[in-house]
Amino acid sequence: MNLTLRIWRQRGPQDKGRMVTYPIQDVSPDMSFLEMLDVLNERLILSGEEPVAFDHDCREGICGMCSLMINGEAHGPQRGTTACQLHMRQFSDGDTIDIEPWRARAFPVVKDLVVNRNAFDKIIAAGGYITAPTGSAPEAHSVPVAKNNADAAFESAACIGCGACVAACPNGSGMLFTAAKITQLSLLPQGQPERYTRVIGMVDAHDEAGFGGCTNIGECAAACPKGIPLNTIGRLNRDYLKATAKRAGTPGS
Amino acid sequence: MDLYTDGDPIADTRAPDGPIETRWERHRFEMKLVNPANRRKLTVIVVGTGLAGGSAAATLAEQGYQVKSYCYQDSPRRAHSIAAQGGINAAKNYRNDGDSVHRLFYDTVKGGDFRSRESNVHRLAEVSVNIIDQCVAQGVPFAREYGGLLDTRSFGGAQVQRTFYARGQTGQQLLLGAYQALERQIGLGNVEMNARHEMLELVVVDGRARGIVVRDLVTGEISTEMADAVVLASGGYGNVFYLSTNAKGCNVTASWRAHRKGAYFANPCYTQIHPTCIPVSGDHQSKLTLMSESLRNDGRVWVPKAKGDQRSPRDIPEDERDYYLERIYPSFGNLVPRDIASRAAKNVCDEGRGVGPGGLGVYLDFADAINRLGRKAIEAKYGNLFEMYERITGEDPYEVPMRIYPAVHYTMGGLWVDYDLQSTIPGLFVIGEANFSDHGANRLGASALMQGLADGYFVLPNTVANYLAGAGAFEKIDASHPEAVAARTAVEQRIQQLLAINGDRTVDSFHRELGQIMWEHCGMERSEAGLRKAIDEIRTLRDEFWQRVRVLGDGEGLNQSLEKAGRVADFFELAELMCIDALHREESCGGHFRAEHQTPDGEAQRDDDRFAYVAAWEYTGDQPVLHKEDLTFEYVHPTQRSYK
Repeated sequence: MNLTLRIWRQRGPQDKGRMVTYPIQDVSPDMSFLEMLDVLNERLILSGEEPVAFDHDCREGICGMCSLMINGEAHGPQRGTTACQLHMRQFSDGDTIDIEPWRARAFPVVKDLVVNRNAFDKIIAAGGYITAPTGSAPEAHSVPVAKNNADAAFESAACIGCGACVAACPNGSGMLFTAAKITQLSLLPQGQPERYTRVIGMVDAHDEAGFGGCTNIGECAAACPKGIPLNTIGRLNRDYLKATAKRAGTPGS
Repeated sequence: MDLYTDGDPIADTRAPDGPIETRWERHRFEMKLVNPANRRKLTVIVVGTGLAGGSAAATLAEQGYQVKSYCYQDSPRRAHSIAAQGGINAAKNYRNDGDSVHRLFYDTVKGGDFRSRESNVHRLAEVSVNIIDQCVAQGVPFAREYGGLLDTRSFGGAQVQRTFYARGQTGQQLLLGAYQALERQIGLGNVEMNARHEMLELVVVDGRARGIVVRDLVTGEISTEMADAVVLASGGYGNVFYLSTNAKGCNVTASWRAHRKGAYFANPCYTQIHPTCIPVSGDHQSKLTLMSESLRNDGRVWVPKAKGDQRSPRDIPEDERDYYLERIYPSFGNLVPRDIASRAAKNVCDEGRGVGPGGLGVYLDFADAINRLGRKAIEAKYGNLFEMYERITGEDPYEVPMRIYPAVHYTMGGLWVDYDLQSTIPGLFVIGEANFSDHGANRLGASALMQGLADGYFVLPNTVANYLAGAGAFEKIDASHPEAVAARTAVEQRIQQLLAINGDRTVDSFHRELGQIMWEHCGMERSEAGLRKAIDEIRTLRDEFWQRVRVLGDGEGLNQSLEKAGRVADFFELAELMCIDALHREESCGGHFRAEHQTPDGEAQRDDDRFAYVAAWEYTGDQPVLHKEDLTFEYVHPTQRSYK
């Protein structure tokens, strides 16, 4: 099929950037979206034009590196699917497709479709872990975990840190990402000792990184390729409320 | 042979002796320690943030060393360990099904076709149990039974259920555990994290690894980073085949640069071809996607009995199907090791019984399992894998059998290391897939995650300490040292050279062509004639690359073509060494199958009298030099592997 691509080109952080139109012919429906961009880039290079920079790595929907706004939707039109797993059979001959980077204050553009998501790492560094230095662990079966809690923890842990939630949110909020990790760890017995310091540390880091606040719009969960549920944010808010009440409290409160 | 020269034998001088169960413990006791107050004066560089690198960097920082960590991705959480699906082995024997440390050790040595070191493998089996404890404490959400205890499943090459898993995303969950431990250390200021940085050279001073030259992929800035020890955890080199299940960015550059500086490269020809991947759909194919081996627990592999049978799979009656793995290997059935399952698939396709486009595929059928266990149970176990298959192929595997075909997945070869995971360059340690050590000629499923974490959490932190404590005083050197300046200059010149060619072919076109040569002649089946042809073709193509490649832009900022060009240039050199290694190894073992060396019924024929050694190759710039490390087996006696 033949398509018209309109792609955001931006030389670097200081450049203003613009949409550039590229017609592309003979696209196979079995190609992935990124393979279609590969084909475009091969042609650009041979014609002496710099290829479009975009982030990608595993191309099997798990590393979270790919990050394309396709026709205004994070990762494109197919639900529960990252851009690398989106296939061209989802489009039709003659379509015009807009391709842009994630747009959010906390994710500045590096070049073309590539953004800097270092802010996510900062949120994790501020408490998104269980402190368990190597070698200190007790025998794995010493603490059973109810299956429904383990399964629910897994659902939240499936987050790939791609940032689609932020890109989809009108406020540029990173709450779904933050809440997914909070939920995973607070559902596990191992996560209890740091439960309340964790939520305060992570939420503070989230706000400092320039993410917007959550106003319960729900675009994040709709865009999430891994189906992280919106109710994780409710869980985060409950923990945050309890944590602020405890902040001045005494041990055991 | 005319392609290499023989050198002196090499020995693992750090290998302990005595009863195998006591070797690691005694070795650990005999190693030197670094006083906690002195650790913060010592700097360790760790390249790569996958299971091995992430766990090593976190653990070294917890112990008090200054750690500098590097990865080419935008975050340490994205290393390709994240894509491992099936699980991680551990000798917990929670199933009471006869498992033990010794059995895991035995299965791994046998599975590796008797080309690994007994001492290393035993240590791996010992620490496997600690890994599970460690990961559970970190909050890794492993699958559990209703009673709250950990669930396990079976995997290829074993008859016990020792594989722990987190749905089809075990690698992701284990990596996030290590990543979170690493981020904690970053937050505490103990690790300096450098994402979007690529190592392009090793700095060796007075015979010791003392630093690396890196390029900041965003700004293009080249810098020289010094340290007291360097750890490479930069993964495997499967992308030499262009099409593989590796992430697009996976590359051999860090290892190859170290090899050129004196680190021997061991067994480069040992490549794992994974039997269950989604077949190629066209020329645009940029990578291949694995379907976890765990699917073989419930899926049955078959092809039609008749050649060229074009009927839909559901229209082919039971008695006209050939469940060839169950037929040829009745005791292991669909769970034979990967090398055997892959070659069997190739054989039936070569016979003209393959299915799907081009006849390059076999069926993996879940109809029986769905009938027996119900669709819900299958969804719970493999739901995400089935969805992924449907997204890629447009076919629903609950209704029609999956089509699968083998693809390059893992490389058992890598930089040579001793028992302490130290390369032939003192102070340069190599862990995870980047080293060669534990899997012999074939890795068993769910053992890569085990090895990466064993190396990073439990082995390396001890052995690096021993090196740092015993290596004597470290002269303080900085980036102005002549060796460091020379390394940096070499990197800058190479980049300028790649940019200056301005030819008429893209980097990817060369990479794809190199991959085709390797898949054709150094893939599932190799022969002397094919390998010689491949070496000629690689040399010709490499010359063409340096004359005709086109890399646009400059080195001053993000330039993905430039990154790729540097990696492909190194793949060319590695590819030739792989073919030479495959050519010299005149036997079949594990993932290395030489057409000339097979039993009458087509199984791999080892030659233990001539080839029970590790081939460690030294770089000379001209013909490589072969150093042999003899392998001895005291506990698991080499036999022809039989899974019948």
